Formats: sequence, C-alpha cells, structure tokens
Amino acid sequence: MKFLVCISNVPDTTTKITFTPDNKEFNKAGVQFVINPWDEYALTRAIELKEAQGAGTVTVLNVGEADTEPNIRKALAIGADDAIRVNAHPKDAFFVAQQIASIAKDGGYDVILMGKESIDYNGFQVHGMVGELLGIPTVAPAMKLDMSGNTATLEREIEGGKEIVEVNTPFVASCQQPMCEPRIPNMRGIMTARTKPLKVVEPTADAARTEVAAFALPPQKQGVKLIPAESAGELIKLLRNEAKVI
Amino acid sequence: MSVLVVVECDGGEVKKSSLEVASYGSQVAQMLGTTATAVAVGEATEANLAKLGEQGITKVLHDAEPRLKDFVNGAYTKLIAAAAQKEDAKIIVLANSNIGASVGSRLSIRLQASIATNVVELPKTDGGSFTVKRGAFSGKAFADVKLDGDRKIIAVKKNSIEALHEAGKTAQVEAFSAQLSDADFADAPKQVVMQDQAGGILLPEADLVVSGGRGMKGPENWNLIEDLAKALGAATACSKPVSDVDWRPHHEHVGQTGITVSPNLYIACGISGAIQHLAGVNSSKVIVVINKDPEAPFFKAADYGIVGDVFDVLPKLTQAVKELN
Ligand SMILES: Cc1cc2nc3c(=O)[nH]c(=O)nc-3n(C[C@H](O)[C@H](O)[C@H](O)COP(=O)(O)OP(=O)(O)OC[C@H]3O[C@@H](n4cnc5c(N)ncnc54)[C@H](O)[C@@H]3O)c2cc1C
Repeated sequence: MKFLVCISNVPDTTTKITFTPDNKEFNKAGVQFVINPWDEYALTRAIELKEAQGAGTVTVLNVGEADTEPNIRKALAIGADDAIRVNAHPKDAFFVAQQIASIAKDGGYDVILMGKESIDYNGFQVHGMVGELLGIPTVAPAMKLDMSGNTATLEREIEGGKEIVEVNTPFVASCQQPMCEPRIPNMRGIMTARTKPLKVVEPTADAARTEVAAFALPPQKQGVKLIPAESAGELIKLLRNEAKVI
Repeated sequence: MSVLVVVECDGGEVKKSSLEVASYGSQVAQMLGTTATAVAVGEATEANLAKLGEQGITKVLHDAEPRLKDFVNGAYTKLIAAAAQKEDAKIIVLANSNIGASVGSRLSIRLQASIATNVVELPKTDGGSFTVKRGAFSGKAFADVKLDGDRKIIAVKKNSIEALHEAGKTAQVEAFSAQLSDADFADAPKQVVMQDQAGGILLPEADLVVSGGRGMKGPENWNLIEDLAKALGAATACSKPVSDVDWRPHHEHVGQTGITVSPNLYIACGISGAIQHLAGVNSSKVIVVINKDPEAPFFKAADYGIVGDVFDVLPKLTQAVKELN
C-alpha cells in the first residue's frame, strides 16, 4: 500500500506571534519551525500501518521553500521512505491543495493522510479540497484509522460523538488525536534519513483564491480582577452583575 | 444572486451555531441588497425551520430524504451545491463546525469559490474588495483575508456573531430535492456513537465551560468540576495532560491540539495556562482562573481570578451558584 503524508512547516507551539512591520507576513526571525503537530499523527499512523502490513511505502509531501527541508528530513528520520518538496511558498489552502492533488494524481497513492489543520493558518480545508479535486472521499477529522485490504475503517469526530465510517482506497483522511502516539526520531533514523531520496519539483502554475491583507494581534486583556479565596462566592455575583455571563 | 446559509439541525432543532450563521448570512444579504435563503441539513422539523425568519431568513430549502439525518459528506456537498445553483448564490455561509468545514472545502472546489473558515466578523466590502476577519495562529492572532472571485464561502466561528431574534417573523419552508442517488451516500457512517456529556451539553456548542487541569490531582476529584458545571448548566472540559492520562475522555481536551472553544465564560481550575492551552480558549468572552500559584501564566489571560486551592474554592462556587438560582 502506498501512503502519501502531507506535512506543513509551522512555528513551534510556544512561539510568541509577531508580524513584519507592514503586518502582511508572519515574522519568522528567531522562530523555530516544527512539523505541524496534527501532521505527526498522520505520519506516525501511516508508518504503523505500513509496518503492520509488512509492505508498502510512506512518501512525505511538503509544499514549501528550501527552509522546510530540516523538517522533511525529520519526517524521514521518523520513518517515511522518501519525500517530495513542491518548491513554492504555500499561498493559501487552494494553492496547496492543487499541488497535492497534482502529485497524487500521477503517484498511484492508496491513502492520502494529513493533519486536521495547520496550527498557523487553521484552515481545516486542504483535505476536502484534495478529495474533491481527485474525486475521492474525505474523512475529516479522523481519530482512528485501521486498514483491512483496501477497506479502511475510520472514526470521525462529530460534535458530541463519533461516527464509524468505512471507505475504500483511494481516500483522504485528516488526522487528529488520539489516532496514535506520535513518534520521535531515534539516532538510527536520523542517520538513515540523510540518504533517503528527497525530490524537489516545481509547482503547477495554478493561482490562489485568497490573500491576507493584514494580520493583527488580539486586543490586550484589561488585567485580572482578583477575588480573595475566603470570599470565593463573591465571584459568582460578579459574573452575574458585572460580567453578565451567568 | 442571493446569499445561501447552511443550517445544521439535530433531533429536529436548528443548532445554536446555525442560528448565528443564519443571522450572519441575512446581515450579509442586507449589505448586498439581496435576500438570504437557508438550506437545512440533518433532522429538522418544518416548524423549527420556519422560525429561521427570526434570524432574517426569507426561505428555507428542505430535502426530507431520511438518510440526510447523519452527516454524509458526498450527499451534503451535492445538496448544498444544488441549492446554491438553484438560488444563484454568490455567497454561502456555514458554521465553522466539523460538518461546515468538511463540506465547505469540497464545495469551494465544486463551485469554484474562494473560502475562509474560522471567520469572526461580518465582511467589509470597501472599494470592490471583499474582506473577512478570521482567527489564525491558533487564536494567537487574526487575519484580514481578501476573498477573490465571483463566489465566496464563509465558515463562521461559534459565538463570534450575536444571533438576531425578530420575534414572530417566519421563513417560508420549501420542499427541495437534490435528486440524491445511492452513490452520494457511499461515505455514510456505518454507526454513530454519541458520547456521554455532562448534563447533556456539548462542549463545542456550550456557552459556559468549567475546565480542569492537572491541579485537580485525579479523576476521582472531577465531581467538583461536574458539580459546578451542573449548577451553572455548563459543559466540562480539560487540559491535554488530563486526557492523555485518561482522567477524562479525549473529546473534552481543549487547546491548540484539542477543541477550540469560544464560550461566554471559561472557568479554568488547576490549569497552568500553557500557551498551547490558551490557544484553544483565549477567544472566550470572560475567563476565570482558579490556581494556587499566583505566578501561573493563566492569570495574565484572565478577567477574574482566585489565588487558592481548587479543593477549597470549587465547593464554595457551587454553593454560591445554588444560592443565586
Ligand atoms: C505540540 C504541543 C501541543 C499541545 N497542545 C495542548 C492542548 O491542545 N491543550 C493543552 O491543554 N495542552 C497542550 N499542550 C500541553 C501544554 O504545554 C501543557 O503541558 C498543559 O496545558 C498543562 O496542563 P495543566 O495546566 O493541566 O497542567 P500543569 O502544567 O501541571 O499545571 C497544573 C496547574 O495546577 C495548579 N494546581 C496544582 N494543584 C492545585 C490546587 N490544589 N489548587 C489550585 N491549583 C492547583 C498548579 O499551580 C499548576 O498551575 C501541548 C503541548 C505541546 C508540546
């Protein structure tokens, strides 16, 4: 079985967010980039399923410029077999989805996995767009994925519960916890990752449909009003009479 | 040309988030000098659909196909696309829910529309451009996004728009068939399993949330959280490490890698306020923090705080709520 796992390169989860002076771009200066945490679930689950089947490949795909390669190598160190980088700035979800679909169309992949959303743009869109561009089902967000032959059984989160969905390959799933325990690379993985193939391809010419006009930070909080623990009940009165939320 | 609103229904009722979506859609329609039509998905009664008039909807399209009761991506996408075509909808508004975002992304390809999810304000339409404000960087920032093209899809984040209530106004409910075939139900769920929710309140839909962290020390103490939640009529939630060690189920975990909530009130009990936790809750209207460590980072994001022991403070709060009611 051939797995394609899409990963995005995002600011480390502890990053303090700032922007360039014109507020048009995220300020990357001094920021550590990581594999999008949701994508780690997709990657690890693909590797687990490949191992369980004892055959197949896991290909990692990233749409990004050369500075994303350390994280692509990290994905290879975790256990992917090879990687493709589409050499482009990921303009918007539509742009990224087109690149993924164009790679997937010719690659003969059975299962396309990715994270539920990226923690920077929070779009939660790429999976659906890829599914629709390829004309195959999407299951999003998936909390569990098992394969038996060409049939996958997935648990899909719904508000207040979950659904059990069965689909045949090929399909797209966007992953979230508790799908698996994301793996961290070991020494052997890091050594072998250096020699695994990483192919760089140029993007298809397709355009984006959205553009960020400006980023902004949320307004500062007014400051906390502290209530002494002895008179904790006073808080409830404040929530009713002052904040008017209960 | 019109605005199409997708309303999600459950057990015959329109979901609260969809009342907000309907209000958003009808306000956009007004801005553009047109009307808003809704298309219903899920299980809906005609009487409840007619009440969408209170949110400014003039007409509701309703396909009574029973298999639409559960979410089926293929069928929902086809249904909404057909409704959009029928109404010549240039703008489609849906909830930023698992259903809304899943269908919205497929629809954007099918209808060649631009799309923004996680939208928190009405659009701005100055000088021919169409811009919406959306949450980005896991709630740590906002982005004004320009939507290009003739057709646009907007997924509205819960609790960011006040629902309209023009009492007595009704919408006309019209039978609608998208001519769905068996093939459209290929990804229908085999089984739907609902989880036990404290007091029957769904976390993603909740207006009030009481949440516990590692400071609660163990699952045996969760009755303190549940008692306060029950008294308030709130949903319960937790931090990631709490669900990681199975003190609480995974669907209660909020944060950057969990559920994002934006209730009117979020009460954090024994949670330190790590940046990844804040990412999932910082768009709550009012944040209350109870923590015995005055240096806990959560106090910086809080509106009200109590420096104290949760085991001492929580019963007092529950008591005070009971006295108030
Ligand atoms: C990639 C990544 C993603 C993550 N995603 C998330 C996420 O989505 N959601 C999330 O929550 N976390 C997430 N985390 C984890 C996050 O960094 C923190 O570890 C976590 O939020 C801490 O949970 P906590 O506050 O419950 O526990 P702790 O950090 O252990 O804090 C417990 C708090 O309880 C207080 N306390 C202890 N006893 C009492 C008492 N008796 N009375 C009052 N207060 C008391 C302590 O003072 C302390 O502040 C993520 C981490 C990473 C690396």
